[in-house]
Order: sequence, then structure tokens, then C-alpha cells
Amino acid sequence: MICFAQAVNVLHFDPPPPLKAKAGSTVEAKIPLSLQEGYHVNSNKPSDEYLIPLQLTWTKGVLEPAGVVYPKPHLEKYQFSPDKPLSVFSGSFELVAKFTVPAGAPAGPAAMSGKLRYQACNNTMCLTPKNMDVALQVDIVK
Amino acid sequence: MKLALHKRTLQYLAIAGIAAYLASCSFYTADWPGVKDEKERKKAPDFALKDASGEVVKLSDYRGKVVLLNFWATWCGPCEVEIPWFVDFQREYKDRDFAVLGLSLDEDGWTSVKPFVAREKLNYRVMVTSEEVDQLYGGVEHLPTTFVIDREGRVASSHVGLASKNTYRQEILTLLGSPKNEKSPLVSSNRMPRFDLLRPGR
Repeated sequence: MICFAQAVNVLHFDPPPPLKAKAGSTVEAKIPLSLQEGYHVNSNKPSDEYLIPLQLTWTKGVLEPAGVVYPKPHLEKYQFSPDKPLSVFSGSFELVAKFTVPAGAPAGPAAMSGKLRYQACNNTMCLTPKNMDVALQVDIVK
Repeated sequence: MKLALHKRTLQYLAIAGIAAYLASCSFYTADWPGVKDEKERKKAPDFALKDASGEVVKLSDYRGKVVLLNFWATWCGPCEVEIPWFVDFQREYKDRDFAVLGLSLDEDGWTSVKPFVAREKLNYRVMVTSEEVDQLYGGVEHLPTTFVIDREGRVASSHVGLASKNTYRQEILTLLGSPKNEKSPLVSSNRMPRFDLLRPGR
């Protein structure tokens, strides 16, 4: 057997402060993300059908997911793609997750959990696709 | 003073430990241009995987041949750069006891791989790898990862990330024993790893 390689995560999520959510309203949660320098991830709409998009999905919870707003991607050329620019995110960026708060949602603390699927590369190599846990603390008020 | 000496000794030990670890993992964690000296080569783990036609392919069936074993995926841009080189090598050297084997890490397997293989006109055997095989080769997480294996089934060189076509060609020719056998400048028993190519986060 060849030496074991360490798992590599180059995308970091800093959990935001608890989201105040009024029952019967719609709310938005900012999901701040930062990539290790030199790396990029494909945007939510990559420029090639083979590329794996960034995608945030939520598991069923007290809030009803109402869409995700992704930032505007950069079009960048890389050593491995010198002619065709790729649609990517890099550095620090933010997703906005929208939720509907049911009128009958019980007041008090709650949590939403989701998965962020991404696939990162640098100029010469790519990492296997990852599914990162994303947790959001919610404070439901009447 | 005594404390400072003790601290320095610990630092030396830590550096020596890291160096020993890197040396023991040398054919996976660094890009080593050129083939290793024969005494330094370790056995390439055997595997048995099915190709697109369902036929079982074992690495050990290739004993006696030089093999370029490439871990890749359809979503990997740098892999897409290297694949046409490997097609060229397969065409140029297949009659000289050489073979390219491609192991895809695509999660949806043949669904993505078959159309890609047809589109890119791959002329070598491609298999969809398994987690077990990935682990045998160090838990492949970075693509492309390529091993050049000698006729005795030993890893003679490895590359993590995009290497150059000429590097691969020189290594293949060195292992094939051509041109008629001058000692290749790429064979070295005292090579230093290129730390700029160490994973992760270059």
C-alpha cells in the first residue's frame, strides 16, 4: 500500500450568527465562504457540462427553503484551460439562502442543516468533489 | 542555555521526522521528475477492475510491460490536458511493451466516462476505480495522479498534478530502455522532491 494521503478541504464556512426569523415571513441567511489561496471552485453554472457546479441544498427543517442566490462568477483562464475561460468563484464570497418561515412555526431556537457540494482546483490539479456540512442557527420569533 | 539546546534538538528531530515521512511516502506525495533508482522502487499495488466491456483488468497482467497508470476524472481540467498525450504514448509505444491504464474517479461511473472516452477517442484501457483501489494508492484525492510503473511492477515515478509531456516521455523511454541504453539523465538515486509541487494548497 502506498502512503495514506490526508483529506484536503480548501473551502471554509464560517457559521453566521443566529438568524432571526419571524413566523409567517421570508428571511435571508448569508453563507460566508472562503477558499484557500490559489484554488477556485466551479460556479453554480460551470462553463462545461462535465464540470461539477457549486450547489447548496437543505435538509427538511423548520424553515422552508425558497432558493439560493449565488454571487456573480468570474471568468478565469488557467494553465490547463488557456483558451477557454471557466466560470468560477475564488477568494471570499457569499451565498444568500432564502427561507419561508411557516406561520405556525414554534417560537424559539431551531436549526437548519444543509450540504454544500463543490469541486475545487488550482492551476495544475483538482480535488475530488466534496460535500460540506452547513449548519444555520435560527431564532424564531412570533 | 540548556533549554535552548534541548529546544534545538527537538527542532532537528522534528525536521528529521518530517523528512523521513516524506521519504517513505515519496512516490505519492511529491512530484519527482525522472524515474527512481531501481533499489528505491516499491511494488505497485495490484488491482482488478472491469473495463467498459466488462472484462476484468488486473495490473499484474501487465508484468513485463511499462505501465502508465493515470487516475483521472471527466470533471478534471488538468486531466483533460494530459489525456491526449497518453493517447499519443499508447499509439507510439504500444508495440514496445508499453500500456496506458486510466482509472476514472467519476462518481457516476460509466454514465460520464463512456461518452468522454468516445469523444476524446481514448485508445487505451479505462476502468472506473473503487475506493479500495484509491486507498491502495494512498487515498487519491488530487487529480491527475499518475504512476509510471516499470516492467517488474514497481513504481518508478509519480506525478500529482499536471506534469509535462516531455517528462512522461523521457520516463517511459528510460524504462523501455531506449535509446540503446545510455544512462538517462532522468535516473537518479539521490533526487530531491520538488516541494513547490507538494500537495495541498500550492
